[in-house]
Formats: sequence, C-alpha cells, structure tokens
Amino acid sequence: MKTNDVIMQFTAKLVFFIIFFFAVHLFFAGHYTPGGGFVGGLVTASAIVLLIIAFDLKTVQTILPINYINMVAIGLILALGTAAFSMFTGKPFFTHYYDYFNLPILGKTSLHTAALFDLGVYLVVVGVTMTIIQTIGEDE
Amino acid sequence: MTILANILIIFFISLGVLFLVVAAIGLFRLPDLYTRAHAASKSATLGVMSILLGVFFHFWLMENHFNPTILLGVLFLFITGPVGGHIMSRSSYIAGVKPWAGTVRDDLKPEIERMKKEQNIK
Repeated sequence: MKTNDVIMQFTAKLVFFIIFFFAVHLFFAGHYTPGGGFVGGLVTASAIVLLIIAFDLKTVQTILPINYINMVAIGLILALGTAAFSMFTGKPFFTHYYDYFNLPILGKTSLHTAALFDLGVYLVVVGVTMTIIQTIGEDE
Repeated sequence: MTILANILIIFFISLGVLFLVVAAIGLFRLPDLYTRAHAASKSATLGVMSILLGVFFHFWLMENHFNPTILLGVLFLFITGPVGGHIMSRSSYIAGVKPWAGTVRDDLKPEIERMKKEQNIK
C-alpha cells in the first residue's frame, strides 16, 4: 500500500544537508582531528542512502545523476596520481609536498598534497558504497 | 564562576540521565508498542539532548573549547528522534500491530481504509 510519507520526505530533505556538510567538515578536519576521507565518504554515502530510503531509487538518480563506477575510477586515478607525482621529480613514491599560501578569504593556510590523496579515498568510498547499495536495491 | 559552571553542567547531565531512566522504565512498564514508542522517542530524545548540552557546557566553560559540532548534534537529534518514533509507530500500525485493549480512539484506521479504497487494495 502506498501511504502518505510527507513527514519522512521533508525531514530527509532537511537532514540531508546537515549530514552532507558534517561529512565535508569531517573530510577537511582529517589532518588535525579525527576524520578524513574514509569517514567523510561513508557519511556522505549515508546521506544519499537517507534520500534513497525517503524517496525512490529512480528519483535520487535523477536528482544526482552520478555514475558511481566512474567516481571510483576518478578517485583511484587521483590517489595514484598524487602518489606517483613525486616519482617524476626524483623523489620516492608517495612523497608528499606542502607549503603555506595566502588565500583571499581564509588567510595563511597550509595546503598539503595528502588532501588530494584523501579526496581520492573519499571518491572511492562514496562510489563503492553507493554502487553496492544501488546494485542490491534494484528490483530487476 | 567555576562553581556556577559546575552546577550548570551537573544540572544538565543529571536531568538527561533522569530522563533516560524514565524512558527505560517506560519501555518496561507500558503495555503496547505505541505507548512504548511514545516513551522512547520523547523522553530519550530530551535526555540525550540534555546530556549533550551538559557536555557542550563542560568543554566550553571548563576547557575553553567551543565545540559547535555538539550543538549540531543536539539539533540533529531534535529533528530526527521524534521522526524516527513516528516512522516506527506508523509502519508497525500498517504492518498490523494491535494497540492496547484499553484504547478508546483510533483516528488512523478510517484514513488507512480510505487509502486502501482509493488504491483498490483488498
């Protein structure tokens, strides 16, 4: 029976943004505090799963038209690229670089190439989790 | 100042623990699923929110560390706790869990029958 679930859908719309921005916070906080790419990716995937539960698999695929298998590939390429970049400058594999920059709004910030590696991990985790859940969730 | 802060922290945390104990007693004592869901969703949400507020005040006033993540957690629990109780009670009503024998009023039943008639089920 199809029932009226307006409370669930409205709450999911509201809560999705809280969970997603908390995931972004976890991702960027990973260098100095607990968090990082893996947890951030899992929390992002759980936010999308909340949308899937509240709405529909097809609705969410039209809202977020992302091919998650390509997302895994992009993440792996990003992680491997940041790891292999140092080989071209004569340093060992996985040598990371960092420096201090003066960004317009944020001021003096230290940017580290480990964040790019973490972004790769994030994309892989989101992609793998969403691929698993979408594959299991499809009826056909 | 430290004593006032301590009183505030102890007040919020003990209030939260008290509400959690009330929720647990309600889960044991109440007769059916709906009254238990009422106890669990309301009382436990308020209890956990109070404990989180106490923790927030502790880290803010004692350790000088303003942690907005805890406030976000309070907001999140305030939104999702009652909605979780609502979804559980509603899905168990539709799955056919009978309310307590002393229930005198059931407003959802005619609505469910109307929905079934509109969608041609049974």
